[in-house]
Amino acid sequence: MKLEVRNGNFGYEKEPILKDINFEIRDNTIMTILGPNGVGKTTLLKCIMGFLKWHSGENYMDDKPLSSYSDKVFWQRTSYVPQAKQSVYSYRVVDTVMMGLNAKQNFFSMPKAEDYDKAVHILDMLGVSKLTEKYCNELSGGELQMVMMARALISEPELMILDEPESNLDMKNQLQIMNTIEKVAEEFNTSCLINTHFPNHALKISDTTLMLGYGNKQVVGKTKDVVTEENIREYFNVCSRVVSLQVDAKEYKTIFPYQIAGV
Amino acid sequence: METKKSFLKNIYSKIFIMIGLLIIAFFFSMCIGRYSITPADVVEIIVAHLTGSGGDIDPIRANVVMQVRLPRILLSIIIGAGLACSGAAYQCLFGNPLVSPDILGVSAGAGFGAALGILFSASAFIIQGQALLFGIIAVAMVLFISRVQKKTELFMLVLSGVIVSALFEAFVSLIKYIADPQDKLPAIVVWLMGSLASASYQKVIIAAVTIVPCIIVLFVLRWKMNLLSLEEDEARSLGVNVERLRLIIIIVSTLMTAVSVSLCGIIGWIGLVIPHIARFCIGNDHRGLIPACTILGAVYLLLVDGIARTMTAAELPLSILTAIIGAPFFAYMLRRTMGEKG
Repeated sequence: MKLEVRNGNFGYEKEPILKDINFEIRDNTIMTILGPNGVGKTTLLKCIMGFLKWHSGENYMDDKPLSSYSDKVFWQRTSYVPQAKQSVYSYRVVDTVMMGLNAKQNFFSMPKAEDYDKAVHILDMLGVSKLTEKYCNELSGGELQMVMMARALISEPELMILDEPESNLDMKNQLQIMNTIEKVAEEFNTSCLINTHFPNHALKISDTTLMLGYGNKQVVGKTKDVVTEENIREYFNVCSRVVSLQVDAKEYKTIFPYQIAGV
Repeated sequence: METKKSFLKNIYSKIFIMIGLLIIAFFFSMCIGRYSITPADVVEIIVAHLTGSGGDIDPIRANVVMQVRLPRILLSIIIGAGLACSGAAYQCLFGNPLVSPDILGVSAGAGFGAALGILFSASAFIIQGQALLFGIIAVAMVLFISRVQKKTELFMLVLSGVIVSALFEAFVSLIKYIADPQDKLPAIVVWLMGSLASASYQKVIIAAVTIVPCIIVLFVLRWKMNLLSLEEDEARSLGVNVERLRLIIIIVSTLMTAVSVSLCGIIGWIGLVIPHIARFCIGNDHRGLIPACTILGAVYLLLVDGIARTMTAAELPLSILTAIIGAPFFAYMLRRTMGEKG
């Protein structure tokens, strides 16, 4: 599927937050939305998913306006991974994962044995099958994020939208989440649209990047063309160097920030 | 597969224990009272009544069981179940376990309707009808006030509920102030505190045809209630039609509460305490919670009403007892669950 935003504008009380947003995400793509805190990344995701309405502009799915599809159809093809947060009522992990099937079920359906098997299978694929019978409030932040991803993937979506999936996690869990996203994109043929404020993470996993900056600045393109020293300086106000290093014959690229710009 | 079965089996076995409790509470309630009756008598009389036989049964005894205690017990089972379920439903809707069924002003509205009826010396039927009507009007007002720009936010619902409750409570105070202190005022005060003393088969039938279908609706939607209890955006992203599901839950919960208030006055605490006890026993999963609330609500009101009619020569109002028994128990449960978490 192809999801596209054309001329998206959004703001509160006449102050524009998002101005003239244009981009598209196609099959088998990992796309990051990159920008500093408070620049409107989460707002952008909410506009894409219809939780907030664009003031002007429109989302398109496969070249047809999103408003011409029902909510249910959109969510049968798309999944959303919110930031992992403990909820008031905690359910078992396997039940939480089965909730991901709801968009494809009718109003009165109850989980069936095959749904349970699907949930166990997906948890197993993500390497967290030991969590199956636990309750969500017993999990760590990283584990909960994996469960949220399992819930999103059980419906085999064409597109998965993730809101800062790694921002509150430690190093190992960050790596685990990013490896999982790469694995998902490859094995499930699921495109991923990811919000992040870590340029390194964009560089590591994404094919294309939309970079947002204060004052409604934006640039979109191939990640390696967007995440550059100049852009990091302009959009994040940080001086940095792109560093290449080789570990076991594998080439890694990373951004090293050394100074706040203008100091 | 194994574990799925064991999880559901675990729920089922707990529900069976609760059903056992309900049966015990039923016989306990049947047997206590000024006129003492043994459980064996109860079975004998009911069986005789159902089969149409049993000429040798003491007619006074039969009368006490069939005409006095049975309708009252059936009514308390249905009302208790209904109030507990609507409490659980509102707690799910608002994602907050401290919510009770009166949050959207249904009790305040119904109380006003009944007080108005008593003030104008209306018949019992009119009083009930007005209570039901104004209970529903109050919630309709809340829904109207809270809808801004074609959207209803949860916090707007809560605040509108506070506003409408305050308004109707003020009206009730006004009626109390102008009511005749010799007869009308005491009647209003007693009515507002809730009682099952006026139970009759007619009331049982009204309760059964309104509250039971509402419980069935919640029972059918019990899995969807798990989804609804998540954050709104999350629920929407899982394909839940949040607005529609919320409206259904508000309608059935309002109807259940309004009917019970109109039939037997305001009975507080059940809708708050019972869902908590049920959560404690069976967890937050509404697949177990709704059946558990149905049964435990019935058990609780049966026991409380049994105490209300036997403890003193005159009957005690129900709201006094549900709070006196419920509050310490609730405090104990809260401390225990918090202790486990910490």
